Amino acid sequence: MSDKTSGYLDMELLRFTTAGSVDDGKSTLIGRLLYDSKAIFEDQMEAIEISSQKRGDEEVDLALLTDGLRAEREQGITIDVAYRYFATPKRKFIIADTPGHIQYTRNMVTGASTANAALILVDSRNGVIEQTLRHSYIANLLQIPHIIVCINKMDLVGYSEETYNKIKEDYKKVAEKLNIKDVRFIPISAKFGDNVVDASENMDWYQGATLLNLLETIEIVDDRNHEDARFPVQYVIRPQSDEYHDYRGYAGRVASGIFRPGDKVKVLPSGLESTVKSIDTFDGEIEMAFPPQSVTLNLTDDVDISRGDMIVAADNAPKAEQEIEAMICWMNERAMMPRGKYTIKHTSNEARCMVRDVKFKVNVNTLEEVTDDKQVGLNDIACIKFKSAKPLFVDSYKQNRITGSFIMIDEGTNETVAAGMIL
Amino acid sequence: MKEYNINHLRELEAESIFVIREVAAQFENPVMLFSGGKDSIVMFHLARKAFAPAKVPFALMHIDTGHNFPETIQFRDELMEETGTRLIVRYVQDSIDQGKVVEETGFDASRNKLQTVTLLDGIEDLQVDCAMGGGRRDEEKARAKERFFSHRDEFGQWDPKNQRPELWNLFNGKKHMGEHFRVFPISNWTEMDVWQYIYLENIKIPNIYFSHEREVFVRNGNLLSVSDFIPMRDTETVEKRIVRFRTIGDATCTGAVESEANSLEDIIEEVAASRTTERGTRHDDKRSEAAMEDRKKEGYF
Repeated sequence: MSDKTSGYLDMELLRFTTAGSVDDGKSTLIGRLLYDSKAIFEDQMEAIEISSQKRGDEEVDLALLTDGLRAEREQGITIDVAYRYFATPKRKFIIADTPGHIQYTRNMVTGASTANAALILVDSRNGVIEQTLRHSYIANLLQIPHIIVCINKMDLVGYSEETYNKIKEDYKKVAEKLNIKDVRFIPISAKFGDNVVDASENMDWYQGATLLNLLETIEIVDDRNHEDARFPVQYVIRPQSDEYHDYRGYAGRVASGIFRPGDKVKVLPSGLESTVKSIDTFDGEIEMAFPPQSVTLNLTDDVDISRGDMIVAADNAPKAEQEIEAMICWMNERAMMPRGKYTIKHTSNEARCMVRDVKFKVNVNTLEEVTDDKQVGLNDIACIKFKSAKPLFVDSYKQNRITGSFIMIDEGTNETVAAGMIL
Repeated sequence: MKEYNINHLRELEAESIFVIREVAAQFENPVMLFSGGKDSIVMFHLARKAFAPAKVPFALMHIDTGHNFPETIQFRDELMEETGTRLIVRYVQDSIDQGKVVEETGFDASRNKLQTVTLLDGIEDLQVDCAMGGGRRDEEKARAKERFFSHRDEFGQWDPKNQRPELWNLFNGKKHMGEHFRVFPISNWTEMDVWQYIYLENIKIPNIYFSHEREVFVRNGNLLSVSDFIPMRDTETVEKRIVRFRTIGDATCTGAVESEANSLEDIIEEVAASRTTERGTRHDDKRSEAAMEDRKKEGYF
């Protein structure tokens, strides 16, 4: 095996989200990351050059790379989340590129749900504005562990250190208010490439990492919860063969914590206790399983377990709750019905629920809690209370992004109408 | 903590296995579409991993245009035999014989678009409620907008502007009678990931992915394989070249690339150095800017 080949097998995966509009230079920034990392190919470039010419644009519009749908190209807007991929020798990246306007809050929430990091673009001429606050609020609501504030268009403010510092100080106040833990700042010019991939020659006062460098090196392993062992059972494997006549394996993905053979576990909802006999995979047994691995657990006792059950550490179980308080983002054109009944999908479990109360809505531009308007419609973020028909095994979203999240499904249309984060 | 670290291929693998298991759990009669190309081979490999030591709990389905590379069909049959997997084959020729579709004529005639009718008929006849496909978001701009769990109405159509939001790893496969889902377990993989994974796992692939001598002719900048299915123009001449295929689809619209790569390491280095996308060799995408979106809306893979 050559060094080149082996190098590719040693990369980590980082998912990040970018919220913003064309005006912030978001497309230019993504275009530059893709172009400089050679993720844009000649035939793609040729195709968008032709499209740009057809539309009469003077410059090649890199947004055409991500705006894949006919309607998006015709209207020159991003409607949906677009996923983009690029890699450097250190990491493979998945970008969830989401439109930044307020009417696309739901797309931002979607992109943020799986992200390890968020890029927040600030136009250095405008500084921290309402939109910055909104993007930061959503990134934090979805508990994206790392926030990178890209102070863009530095070329238009004469690469001024003073401007950069002022925006940085302003943003720190926002971060404090939102209780954001890890925030970093980079002065960039996406247009000219300053501090995107290569260090800027125009800002020698900035000694920090370039954006790509930061994306390559942010520590993400410890962002996962390795404390609370949680294993939602997805599927029961029972081979119909003589060789594995009595085999019964519980297939699933480790939500959090570590599982090892010999660990004492408890099965919810039955509460029965057992021990992990083995952790099975196609390639044989393994010594431990941790998130986000997909494995099959084998227990020493023959207990009745099915999809929707959860295998957890015997001495550390999630709460079993029927009355649940959560933040939700409403994602459907049909507003939430007061006292409406919906299906909740939580891990591999499902339950009917009834909305009991809307405690408040959040004005995402001012972050104020609104209590005199209880109508929850498309793109609204609200704090609600609901009752589920059976107990759900939950952790708070802050503690666990997997056992703390759920979606709500309209029973009539089958559409996913809300995303929820348990408080 | 370094000990709880997994590389990008293992993380993608875990995600795909999770998605495939969700399909088995949420649907009554799913199938996995299988073309004999590298993406479907990887997807099938992941399915075997998802249910081991049990067999894969669903059938594979091949929509056969009749315009195949013989090496692919042989490979497919051997793999099914070896793994004891049930294979359903539906033929585009049958749809033509039944008068459901009319074959395109002319030099650039392709059965690529006709496959949609054969596929949708198969889904309806066999009451399939979910068809998994090996589509990847990095392949094409319309596919970049695709969900893992993609809803299809009773006509098999995709409505890209009205897709269900998909958050965390919570997949909503609920539907009404007559509707179905398309699920794409390897959505987040790139061409490079697929090749690296084939290398890492030592997965067998048809030999036409490796460098070999072949009779080809040039059309619109693509090297097409000489075969009975593709009528040649008088101006086109047959030549022998050292080539391999970067993708394998219908033989009438899949071009070869000149290449000396005859090992997986070579292929990985070639893909890394490549300046064009793999679909650049696919004639079917070049019909219009939104060719893929239009076909997908009708119910294409």
